Amino acid sequence: MDLVNSSLTDISNAVKDQKISAEEVASFFFKRMKDLNQSLNAVVFEDENFLSAARVIDSKISKGEELGPLAGVPFGIKDMLCVRNLPATAGSKILQGFVPPYDSTAVAKLKNAGAVILGKLNQDEFAMGSSNETSIQGAVQNPWNNKYVPGGSSGGSAAAQASRMMAATLGTDTGGSIRQPASFCGVVGVKPTYGRVSRYGVIAYASSLDQVGPMTSTVEDAALTLEVISGFDAKDSTSSQRAVPEWTRALSKDLKGIRVGLLKECMRSSLHKDVEKSVENSIDELKKMGAEIVEVSLPLIEYAVPVYYLIAACEASSNLARYDGVKYGYRSDFKNLSSVDLETFYSQTRGEGFGAEVKRRIMMGTHALSSGYYDSYYLKAGKVRRLFVNQYKDAFKQCDVILSPVTAAPAFKLGERIADPLQMYLNDIFTTSTNLAGLPGMSVPFSLSTDGLPIGIQITANHFDEQRMLNVAWALESVAPAKGKRPHVF
Amino acid sequence: MIDKKTIQNIAKLARLKISEVEADDYSQQLTQVMDYFERISKIDTSGVEPLVTPAEIEVHWREDVVEQEHTAEDMVANAPARAGNLFKVPPVV
Repeated sequence: MDLVNSSLTDISNAVKDQKISAEEVASFFFKRMKDLNQSLNAVVFEDENFLSAARVIDSKISKGEELGPLAGVPFGIKDMLCVRNLPATAGSKILQGFVPPYDSTAVAKLKNAGAVILGKLNQDEFAMGSSNETSIQGAVQNPWNNKYVPGGSSGGSAAAQASRMMAATLGTDTGGSIRQPASFCGVVGVKPTYGRVSRYGVIAYASSLDQVGPMTSTVEDAALTLEVISGFDAKDSTSSQRAVPEWTRALSKDLKGIRVGLLKECMRSSLHKDVEKSVENSIDELKKMGAEIVEVSLPLIEYAVPVYYLIAACEASSNLARYDGVKYGYRSDFKNLSSVDLETFYSQTRGEGFGAEVKRRIMMGTHALSSGYYDSYYLKAGKVRRLFVNQYKDAFKQCDVILSPVTAAPAFKLGERIADPLQMYLNDIFTTSTNLAGLPGMSVPFSLSTDGLPIGIQITANHFDEQRMLNVAWALESVAPAKGKRPHVF
Repeated sequence: MIDKKTIQNIAKLARLKISEVEADDYSQQLTQVMDYFERISKIDTSGVEPLVTPAEIEVHWREDVVEQEHTAEDMVANAPARAGNLFKVPPVV
């Protein structure tokens, strides 16, 4: 069986029909993962118990037990999510040595559906970054060209998926952290509606923006994974009680009557010529398939980056206050604890445990929340956030989905932007507004740049309308010039 | 301008020990970033309520019953220093 090119459903069906054992599938991918990871650095912790997990699946099958839709399918999980008895560090020294005694709900749902976890995937520290260069475990390489970043913060997931170290991966997206690396590495990445997937067991960055989502080789695989991990969870008070639709069953490439909104502001901004061409080609293809193209406007999008970074930094400064060197993770080396004062204990531990970008954002958030600045920064950003939602609501009166670039340019080189925080933040112009408004958004691979780097197209839909977003992405995938193209590691 | 003195005060509020070099960097970087962020002051938000949760969420009520999913040992196993089931910390009073 050609496991590298098989869909999740093909793998699961083959395992259930005993054409191949879950053990053989897991062993194949585990070896591939180990080999490829020597250069890519996408995997930070391997699950040495993967064989026993796979054997449990095989034994259930031989006993005739009913198994879920991911039976024997190997997954990689971003280090932001807790997987029982595997380290969870969020790419940070401050969580060094932390081994959660429980699974995040998304991972528990994967396991219940039969998935086998192979390892934890690299990321920017606390998901703060757009290049996967801020991880304590080191930078990840883009499998298409090792001089380029894979994007971030879910850069490990994107690189692992693009090189097929495993069949599918999970990432998290707070301001584009699934969609941007998916675009840079040529994989499908979905950020669901806020509340669709439980955040229980997901290390918190900015709680009103964070969502978990699939990063996969195809739209069908993404739809299936999303179906498995979605749904209400009593352990996350912001998870939605809406029923989870059967997105895979309802997938359709029939775009007749679908109105695709083209974001006016995107086409006016300075796009890399290959990205501009990619957007234009994707629109032509959608027209050919019967979609109606309408121009929509989100005048506030030029403010998305400041509003996003203010809200995210404020929430982060509060969320990351929990890392105090007491309950878990890193503690500074104090020779005689009884002679240390508490302020020094906290500040030394935190000063040594957090990396530069995380400290920068904690400082930004603390400043924006401090007396005298709260109204003009945090409160103001929250008000503009409501205006964002209103503008999207207006736009979705005229269209069913919105099409835009994911980023203004394809992947940039390692080391190119890490010294300039503002330039790095401005990468996120097209992705952050989706999180501010809590909308579902995804990147679908479409073309390659003249330098041979992947370019994705972003599709955004109204709250809880993942189906139409997936349908348009599925249609685009079927006609994408990049279809079947593989990175050099293959 | 966010000067070094202000940076040191923010670091104190955030319980972050930072070096002189870091304070210089953060002073320059936060000044640049916050100056850029200032532009949101131009947006008219009069009469607009701030938004926190971006999608409709229904309140979920549950029975107030005790459940035990983990043992105390599970929960303290990750502590950097402990004495039995207690966390070891510097003197606090």
